[in-house]
Amino acid sequence: MTTFPSTAEPAGTADTTGTVLEAAGVTMRFGGLTAVRGVDLTVRTGEIVGLIGPNGAGKTTFFNCLTGLYVPTEGSVSYRGTRLSRKPHLVTKAGIARTFQNIRLFANMTVLENTLVGRHTRTKEGLWSALLRGPGFHKAERSSEQRAMELLEFTGLAAKRDHLARNLPYGEQRKLEIARALASDPGLLLLDEPTAGMNPQETRATQDLVLAIRDQGTAVLVIEHDMRFIFNLCDRVAVLVQGEKLLEGTSEVVQADERVIAAYLGTPFDDAPGAEEAAEVRAAEEARSGAAPGAAPEDSPPDAASGPATPEGGAR
Amino acid sequence: MTTPPTTGAAPQHHPGVLPLPQRGALLTTAAAALATAASTGLAWTWSSEFPGDLTYYGSPAGLQLITLAGGVLTLLFALSGLGVRGLGWLTPAGRTAPVLLAAIATFAATWFTLGAIAVQLGGLVNLEPGGFAAGAAALAALLGALGLPADRTAPAGRETGPAPGAWQRFTGALAPVPLRKPARALPYWGEILVIAAAFAAGLYVFTYGIDADDGPPFVGYLIFVVLAVPALQRAGLTSRLSEITARHRTFALTAAFVAAACFPLTQETDQYTIIGANILVFATVALGLNVVVGLAGLLDLGYVAFLGVGAYAAALVSGSPESALGLHFPFWAALLTGAAASLVFGVLIGAPTLRLRGDYLAIVTLGFGEIFRIAMLNLNGTTGPDVTNGAMGIPNIPNLEIFGFNFGEPHDILGFTIATYGNYYLLMILVTAFVVLVFRRAAASRIGRAWIAIREDETAAVAMGINSFRLRLLAFALGAALAGLAGTVHVHIVTTATPEQFQFAGPTPPNSAFLLAAVILGGMGTLSGPLVGAALLFLIPAKLDFLQDYQLLLFGLALVLLMRFRPEGLIPDRRKQLEFHETGQLDVPPDTGLPERDQAIGGTQAKA
Repeated sequence: MTTFPSTAEPAGTADTTGTVLEAAGVTMRFGGLTAVRGVDLTVRTGEIVGLIGPNGAGKTTFFNCLTGLYVPTEGSVSYRGTRLSRKPHLVTKAGIARTFQNIRLFANMTVLENTLVGRHTRTKEGLWSALLRGPGFHKAERSSEQRAMELLEFTGLAAKRDHLARNLPYGEQRKLEIARALASDPGLLLLDEPTAGMNPQETRATQDLVLAIRDQGTAVLVIEHDMRFIFNLCDRVAVLVQGEKLLEGTSEVVQADERVIAAYLGTPFDDAPGAEEAAEVRAAEEARSGAAPGAAPEDSPPDAASGPATPEGGAR
Repeated sequence: MTTPPTTGAAPQHHPGVLPLPQRGALLTTAAAALATAASTGLAWTWSSEFPGDLTYYGSPAGLQLITLAGGVLTLLFALSGLGVRGLGWLTPAGRTAPVLLAAIATFAATWFTLGAIAVQLGGLVNLEPGGFAAGAAALAALLGALGLPADRTAPAGRETGPAPGAWQRFTGALAPVPLRKPARALPYWGEILVIAAAFAAGLYVFTYGIDADDGPPFVGYLIFVVLAVPALQRAGLTSRLSEITARHRTFALTAAFVAAACFPLTQETDQYTIIGANILVFATVALGLNVVVGLAGLLDLGYVAFLGVGAYAAALVSGSPESALGLHFPFWAALLTGAAASLVFGVLIGAPTLRLRGDYLAIVTLGFGEIFRIAMLNLNGTTGPDVTNGAMGIPNIPNLEIFGFNFGEPHDILGFTIATYGNYYLLMILVTAFVVLVFRRAAASRIGRAWIAIREDETAAVAMGINSFRLRLLAFALGAALAGLAGTVHVHIVTTATPEQFQFAGPTPPNSAFLLAAVILGGMGTLSGPLVGAALLFLIPAKLDFLQDYQLLLFGLALVLLMRFRPEGLIPDRRKQLEFHETGQLDVPPDTGLPERDQAIGGTQAKA
């Protein structure tokens, strides 16, 4: 788990301290609907940045703007100082790799083949090379496979290299998606809800995995609804509400901000009916989370962010 | 005693259709199968009017050979089931299902023959006692086989609810079971010999089918093969063979090509070698289409147009007196011209259309296929410039001549005389081999993986840095070029290039619908699938000509049935097989399945 192979330098490493991703004023309109409005976001090398917000806030749309799946109506996205192309495959080539909210593996390819597809941008062998099968072809195939196997070992999937992706359990499918994304040697990894549907153990394993990826010099931008995951992991957190960036800051700043809670749960009335019951429930929750082994009470935010993964199901 | 001991509680076999003791049933089947085989030595009819002349004693002929083969096959499977030493290798998987299927095949073929004699010659009176003996023996073998218990086992101590009905017991007896134990490893030369023998047998079966007379002999053959091949499969022989060929892929491919190249040597006349040559053209084009459909997942309904482009390009430079260009290129140049013309046409069509996805692409390609045909019709000098001679086509294409070897004349090779179509057949073998090589190498490469990724999930593929449009265009162009290559030889075989050969759908291959059917029927994305599918799709309509109008109806019915019972195709890709049969997770090690105990618990819960 800890030996991340460093044979692959992130693409185009010019400086190791500078900005990896810079999104400026990104706006995305679908007809009359503005899904994302003027969002600025910066990710620096070696950072894990979280992106949170209620459902429908435009997080995934913003991701799609970053990776070129959508062309933003306004604004610009730069990777290491160069403005990104609007073709998604060129974005990946530049060094941004992503996973998907709903797992999008190549279901009928094996685990190894999935990872090898991730190597596509980092290899050049074309059709002629494949047909003529010169020494260069075999060398490239071998090195691709070696790199893919390193990544599968890193994510703990090496033993299942010849299984079809569709036959993996859910948690391993998520891991494979990350391994596939890492195969393109990205400088920035975008994770779209990497722990959705996972149990607590799997979530913790994913947390370790993301930290290990960061330690190898790949910056990570992650969308997540599991607040504990986000606040344990992220150096900075940006909050997106109704397409606009509400706030950006460290975990503490975001957790303390009333507006975030309001965005997730709505604003309470004065003399709200049921306030007493709510206080009781909260007290019970706190007592439980304090007693539960493995939970981190000091991380529990006062209100909204504590408890289960989807607080936005609440009181609107 | 024939049941292999299984760990844990002794499982019970599902009962057979007829309540017979297992050993007795096997012995009955074996004896009756032997009798069936022996009965082919008798005369079945008195008149030599029935095709094949079944009137001789001591020398099986025509359809009797099918019954003989069926009897022997049933006998061997039954003896293997009885535990006769040295025959265990015949049934590495199921034991009952192969016996039953072989018995059904023999029964169906024999009774079909007897029925055909009675109908064709006008009454049962035309049957000799030998015919009745054969029918009775085949029936006895079938009844014996129906008494065998199913291969599948139910866990011990578990009530199976209401007793299964006869039909359920029948389907249960036919159900496939996995290989019982890992096969004993053969030495290297042993495996090589197995492959060689398998391909020799395949060549023999195929040649027999091609040489069978149209009418009852071919139908009998078809009935038998359709039922006997599943018997081999249930016995586990096909999976054993594919295991072995997977270990020696290059040798297996070479053996297949050698076997195929031997085909013209088995033919006295050119009557059937032309079918062979046409099958090869058709199969090669199907393999080219497999790049587009099977690998890249682009549904192309106008693919035959690329064959047409190659054919017309080659016809124009062939030196035909009717050619508008009047050029006469040497063969290699004509070959390159055909492939290049198709390539250009493929890129021209692909560049605008490949921006579409799915159904839209299918409809646009369908349109382009028809545009090609109609354009060729109209380039006739009156409605357009005079290039293709319109509906008359470009006739009188001269025979090829390579290094002084004239394809129009018979040649003696190794003491065999190879006539015109035999020559073209051998040339076509080389072209097919080339296309097979291209397909294999392209599929197992970075490019091939990218194609499959696009087929699986285009958005994810693009997010992995794959330039989807470029790779789709590459697949389209490569497929087109391969079809053009085949087209150049095709036009020399048929000696005329007419627009009518390149329709979307028609009663005879090659047309776009048949090409697609060959790919899907054979198995998308595999190498041998489209080859086998194309051979069947060409051979069956060619041999069932006597059915005339019913031919397409029956053909369509057969396709529907096949897609119902084997949607992954005859020779499935491992991926496809898993896709269509969720339960057969072949690549999951057996120990990951639920333990027997849990299943029993699940069963009790379900009952509660």
